[in-house]
Amino acid sequence: MSDCRRQWNREDELPVYLAGPITTGPNQRKSYGMFTSAEGACDSTTKDYDNCAAGRRGTRTPRSFSRDRLLDYAENPVPEAASEASEVQGCGSLVNSPGESEDGRQGVATACPSGGQCQSSQEQGKNGLLIRGGRVVNDDRSEFADVYVEHGLIKDVGVNLTVPDDVRVLEANGAMVIPGGIDVNTCLLKPHLGCPPVDDFFLGTKAALAGGTTMIIDHVVPQPGDSLLEAFERWQASADRKCCCDYSLHVDLPNWNAGVQDELEVLVQEKGINSFQVYMAYKDMFQMTDSQLYEAFSFLKDLGAVVMVHAENGDLIAQEQSKILSMGITGPEGHPLSRPEELEAEAVFRAITLGNRVNCPVYITKVMSKTAADTITQARRKGSVVFGEPITASLATDGSHYWSKNWAKAAAYVTSPPLSPDPTTPDHLHSLLACGDLQVVGSAHCAYSTSQKAIGKDNFTLIPEGTNGVEERMGFVWDKAVAMGKMDENQFVAVTSTNSAKIFNLYPRKGRIAVGSDADIVIWDPDRTKTITSKIQQSAVEYNIFEGMECRGGPVAVVSQGRVVYEEGEGLQVQQGSGRFIPRQAFPDHVYQRIRTRNKVKGRQGVTRGMYDGPVYDVPAMPKYITPSPSAKTSPTSHQPPPIRNLHQSNFSLSGAQLDDNVPRRSGHRIVAPPGGRSNITSLG
Amino acid sequence: MAERKLLPRDNDEGSLLSKLGTDSPKPRVKFGGMFCNVEGAFENKTLNFDSYNSIQTEPRPSGMGLIFVPHCSVSSLCLQADRLIIKGGKVVNDDQSFYADIYVEDGIIKQIGENLIVPGGVKTVDAYGHMVIPGGIDVNTSLQAPQLGMCPADDFYHGTRAALAGGTTMIIDHVVPEPGASLLGAYDQWRDLGDRRSCCDYSLHMDITRWHDGLFEELESLVKDKGVNSFLIFMSYKDKFQSSDSQMYEMFSIIRDLGAIAQVHAENGDIIDEEQKRLLELGITGPEGHVLCHPEEVETEAVYRAITIAKQANCPLYITKVMSKSAADVIAKARKKGMVVYGEPITASLGTDGSHHWSKNWAKAAAFVMSPPINPDPSTPEYLSSLLSCGDLQVTASGNSTFSTAQKAVGKDNFTLIPEGTNGIEERLAVVWEKAVATGKMDENEFVAVTSTNAAKLFNLYPRKGRIAVGSDADIVIWNPKETRTLSATTHTLTVEINIFEGMEVRGAPVVVISQGKIVLEDGKLDVTEGSGRFVPRKAYPDYVYKRIKARSRMADARGVPRGNYDGPVHDVISMTKSVPATPTSRMPQFPGKGPLGPARNLHQSGFTLSGTQIDDHIPRRSAQRIVAPPGGRTNITTLS
Repeated sequence: MSDCRRQWNREDELPVYLAGPITTGPNQRKSYGMFTSAEGACDSTTKDYDNCAAGRRGTRTPRSFSRDRLLDYAENPVPEAASEASEVQGCGSLVNSPGESEDGRQGVATACPSGGQCQSSQEQGKNGLLIRGGRVVNDDRSEFADVYVEHGLIKDVGVNLTVPDDVRVLEANGAMVIPGGIDVNTCLLKPHLGCPPVDDFFLGTKAALAGGTTMIIDHVVPQPGDSLLEAFERWQASADRKCCCDYSLHVDLPNWNAGVQDELEVLVQEKGINSFQVYMAYKDMFQMTDSQLYEAFSFLKDLGAVVMVHAENGDLIAQEQSKILSMGITGPEGHPLSRPEELEAEAVFRAITLGNRVNCPVYITKVMSKTAADTITQARRKGSVVFGEPITASLATDGSHYWSKNWAKAAAYVTSPPLSPDPTTPDHLHSLLACGDLQVVGSAHCAYSTSQKAIGKDNFTLIPEGTNGVEERMGFVWDKAVAMGKMDENQFVAVTSTNSAKIFNLYPRKGRIAVGSDADIVIWDPDRTKTITSKIQQSAVEYNIFEGMECRGGPVAVVSQGRVVYEEGEGLQVQQGSGRFIPRQAFPDHVYQRIRTRNKVKGRQGVTRGMYDGPVYDVPAMPKYITPSPSAKTSPTSHQPPPIRNLHQSNFSLSGAQLDDNVPRRSGHRIVAPPGGRSNITSLG
Repeated sequence: MAERKLLPRDNDEGSLLSKLGTDSPKPRVKFGGMFCNVEGAFENKTLNFDSYNSIQTEPRPSGMGLIFVPHCSVSSLCLQADRLIIKGGKVVNDDQSFYADIYVEDGIIKQIGENLIVPGGVKTVDAYGHMVIPGGIDVNTSLQAPQLGMCPADDFYHGTRAALAGGTTMIIDHVVPEPGASLLGAYDQWRDLGDRRSCCDYSLHMDITRWHDGLFEELESLVKDKGVNSFLIFMSYKDKFQSSDSQMYEMFSIIRDLGAIAQVHAENGDIIDEEQKRLLELGITGPEGHVLCHPEEVETEAVYRAITIAKQANCPLYITKVMSKSAADVIAKARKKGMVVYGEPITASLGTDGSHHWSKNWAKAAAFVMSPPINPDPSTPEYLSSLLSCGDLQVTASGNSTFSTAQKAVGKDNFTLIPEGTNGIEERLAVVWEKAVATGKMDENEFVAVTSTNAAKLFNLYPRKGRIAVGSDADIVIWNPKETRTLSATTHTLTVEINIFEGMEVRGAPVVVISQGKIVLEDGKLDVTEGSGRFVPRKAYPDYVYKRIKARSRMADARGVPRGNYDGPVHDVISMTKSVPATPTSRMPQFPGKGPLGPARNLHQSGFTLSGTQIDDHIPRRSAQRIVAPPGGRTNITTLS
C-alpha cells in the first residue's frame, strides 16, 4: 500500500497538482471548444504551465504564490524533495488525523484497496481517462457523448473519440455525466469558542466527494480584530494540507475599519479572493451597522468582489434571546424562537436595499425561509442584482425537530438563520430554485460533535451553529426537485454547479463539461436510492440531520482533477492534501456586467441654477450627537471622523463659521475610481 | 353649566374613551343620540365655560399659568357661537349620510334630527345643498418643532388658523424635545404654547429624540397623567434623532405596555447619511440632492424594518408620512398578513410630486424639501389615494411644518441644511376630496373616515371627535363639494411665501367651519381667537388599536420543551475572553444602568400575558378622568383592567 501510494504521488499526483487550469491550445479544441485559450481568469496566478505540459517530473515549482510559504510547514505531506520516505511519513502522520480513524467504520478506503486499482489510477493519470457511453449534461443542453480526460483536464468531448489505447475506461452505461458539484458555502475550520468543527478540511472534502461535490468554497472566519490576511493564510495552509478536492475561500469580514480595506485590496488583487461575507447578525461580535455595510459594499464593489451577506437582524435577535432566556427557555427550541423568520426577511430586504443604493451585487447566504426567498424574488423582479443560496438543510428538512425531546438531536439542527419550522419551506425553496429565483445551492456544512454542541446545554445561545449537508447536497436537490419534476437535469447542473461557478468567476474552468475545463466530473445515477444515516456517512458528526431520509439519485463515480476518487463498489480513494486552491479573479462577468452598465448610466446630475440671493436666516449653534450604533464594539473612529473640513461646507459664504460648527463634520472620503470610469457629473461648484 | 362641571368628578373612576367606539352589540340609533353626557376632561384646561355663558362680562381666568389674551371679539363671538342650529344639510359620518338639522349648545352637539325644538334666538346656519361633516383632524403637524434652531414660520397660531380655514378643527402636534432634554419639560413648553396660541383644539404626540432607560418614568407619566398616547420614533436623522433597532425594540415594548401607539419616521438614516456625503462630493448641493439621497427604497426599507420590529414587540405601529408607492405597498402587505400597522399619507404626497425639486427656481425647489421626500414619480398621488380609498392606508395628515424662504436659504449651498417641511394643513381636505372623492375613488363617508374619524379612533378621541353625534364636540364643517378654487400662496392663510400646491385646482371647499361650537369661518371670513384651542387629552389603550394587540399578547406565549438533562460529554471551552459571551450577556456592559431595568421590563411582559393586575393598578391612579357614555352603551370588551 505504501508503495502504491508512493508511486502514485510520484507519478500521478505531481502533475495533477501542478496542472494549470485550462491549458488547451487552439488545436486541441474540438467541437466543444466554445471557449478559447485559457481565459485570463488565472493569468495573475502563478501557474507553472511548463510543468504540467511536459516536465511532469521537473522540480516542483510553486503552483501558486502561496506555495513557497506552504512548503515551510513541516507537516506538509509533499515536501519539496519529494523523497519517497518523507512522503510516506507525511501521509502516515496525516492518517492519524481524527477523522481517519473512522474510516474502518465507514467502510471506505482512503488508500487504494488493491494493487490493481492503484495501477489503474496510475495509468489514468498518465494516459488519461475515457468516460464512455454517458449523457453529458451541462446547464444548457444534454447530449450523448464520451469525455476524454488527460492531465486533469477535459481534452475532448464527442462521439467516436480517438484516444490512446491504454486509457482507463469508465463506463457510464447511459448514466448522466455532469460537472462536479460546487459547494459554495462550507465552514470546515470555523471555530466556535475556540474549537474547530469535527469535520475539518479532510473529512469535509471527503464527504463532499462522496456526494458528488468536487469543489468547495470555504469561509475564512477571522475573529474580530484578527488580521484577514493571517486568517486567510491559516485557512489556506490547513486546506492545502488536508483538502481532497479543489477549494477556494471566501473571507468573512468580522468588522469594518480602515485597516481592513488594505487587506481586502491585497486579498482581491493578489490572493485570488473575490467574495467576502458581511454579517448583519451576531451583535457585538461580527455585526455591522448600516453605515458600515454601506461603506463595505461601496468598497467591495469598487474591488469587483461579490458581497455575501449573512442576513438576520442581530439587534432584534439579541433582544429576543434575552427575552426567551428570561422566560426560562434554555433548550434548542429557543434558537428558532429567538430568530423568527421575519428577522431574516427583514435583513434580506435591508441588504438588498443597501445593495441597490450602492449598486453592488449582493449574495444572500443561507436562505432558510419562504419570506426571505420571496423577498429575493421580488427584488430580482425589480432588477436588483441579488443572488440567493438555499442550503441542503433548508431544502431537505424543517425546523420542527428543534422541539425534539432528544436534546442532542434538537441541538444538531441549530444553525443560523434557523431552519424554518414551516414544513412547506423545502418545497417552496425548491420551486424558486427551479424557476431561477434562487440560483445556488450550498450546504453551510459546519459540523460540530454532540459534545461540542453540549457547550450550550443550559443556554441555547451558546450552542455552536452549523449542520451537516455537504455530502447530501446534490442528492436532495435531485430527490426533491428533479425527481419530483420541478426541475430538469440541466437546471440541476446549473444550481449545483454552473451558477456558482459563474457567480464566483470559476466558469468555465469549473461548472461545465467542455474541452479545457477541469476534469471534475460526476457520473450520476438518477435511480439510485439511498437512505441517509450517520452510519454510512463520511462526516464525523454523530447526528445526521437527515437521518433516515430516503434520497433518490446519487453519484456512481466521481472524478476529481482527472482522477477517479469514487466509484461504486470501489469506495472512496481520496488523497489528503491533493486539493488545490483555486484563485478567483475579481469582476465576475455574470455579476458585474450589469453593475458596470448601471454605473455608467446612473450618473446623477444637479440642476444648474442661479445663485440664491435672497435673505438667509441666521442659525444658532447646536450640539452634536452621535447615533448609538447597534453594535457596541463599533470602533469610534468610524463615527468620529477627523476634523477635516469639507470644501462644500467651508465655502459657505455667509456666517460660514457658525454654520460649520453645527454640522457634523464629514470626513474626507476616499475617492475610488469606479469601474467604468467616473461618470460625467458637471460640478455645480 | 354647573351640572356639567360636576360631571367629571362624579364619574372620575370609570374608564373613559377606551371603551368608546367599540363594536357595540346594540344597533346604533339613527341619529346617534345615545350619549348625552358631556365629557369633562378639561379641569386642567383653561377654558372657563362660564365665560361663554350669557353673562359674557366675566373675564376668562388666567389661572393655570396661562396668559389671557384679551380679544375684543370674544364676547360677540360667544354670543353667536353659544347656540347654533345647522339646517338643511346632509350629515355625513364615516358610516352613513342622512339629512338632519343639528343643534349645538356650549360647544357640544345637543340634538340631531328634523324639526328640532330649540330655544329662540338661536343663530341659524344654512347648509342647504351642502354636506355637514365632522371637522377634520390633522394628526401630524410640527408647528413648533425647531430645525437648526429655527422655529417654523407658521406657529401654533398661524397653523391652526390655516387649519380652520381649510376645514380642520383639530390638530395633533409633535412635541420635539431637544435630544437628551426632558420630555416632560418639552411637553410643558408645547402645552404652554398651544394653550396660548392655538385657535382650535389640539393634542400632542411626543417624539422620542434620544432613548435612554431613564425615559421610562417620563413616558409613563405622559401616558397616565398628561394625556399623551402616541410616541414618534425616528429611524432617520443619524447622529441626531436616530434610534437603533435595539432601542426601537425596547421602546416598542414599553409603548405597548403603556397602551400607547408607536409612530415611526421611517427612513434608513445610515444610508441617507452615506448618500448625502457622496452627493456633496459629487458637487450636487441644490434641493434635488435631497431627493437623490433620500431614495424611495430607503423609506421602504425602514418601513419594512419598523413593521418587523413592531411585530416582534407586538406593538401597534403607525407610519407617519407615507410618501412613496413602495412604502405604501409594504404597509398594505403587512396589513394583509395581519400586522397592526397604520399608514398616513400626507397632503404633499397626495397632492403633488417631487419633480419640482429640479425646478430652476431655488426657492421653489427648496420649498418642497421634506423627509421622506415628495416622490418624483408623478403617479404616486394617484396610487396613494387608491390605497387610501381601499383602506390600506387609513389616515391623512399634513406634516405641516413651514419655513420661510429665508429660513430655507440656510441650505442654499448645502441641501442637507435646508430645513425640512412643507405646507398642507390648510389644503388637506380639499386635496383629498379632489384626488379621491371627485375622481370617484372614494365616497363621502370614506372621505370623512380618512380625514377625521379614523384618526379619532386611532388616537382615542372617538366619538368625542370625528363624528357628528349627540354629545360629540361641535367641530363641524359645512362642505361644499361643488365649489372650485385654485390653491395659491396669495390666497392661503399661512404666512409662508410659497405654496407647494400653487396653481392646483381643487373641487370642494369649506363654507362654514364651526370649532367648539363657534363659527370661525363664514362667508370667506376667518374669525379665530388666539388661545381658544383646548388641549384634548387622550387615554391609553385605544380600543380600535389595542383589542387585537391584547388578544395576541395572550396567545403569543412561547413554551420550552421539557427534556431530561443532557448528560453526555461536553466539549471543554478554551477560555477566550474576547468571544465568550455570545450575545445576550454581552449586551449588559454596553448599556450601563440597564441591568436593573431589563428584568423589570420582563416582568411587564410576563404580566401582560399572565395577569392583568399590574395594568389594573394604573387605572385608579389617574388624576384627570373624563367619563363619556359611549353611543350604544358600554361594550363588554374586557380591557386589561
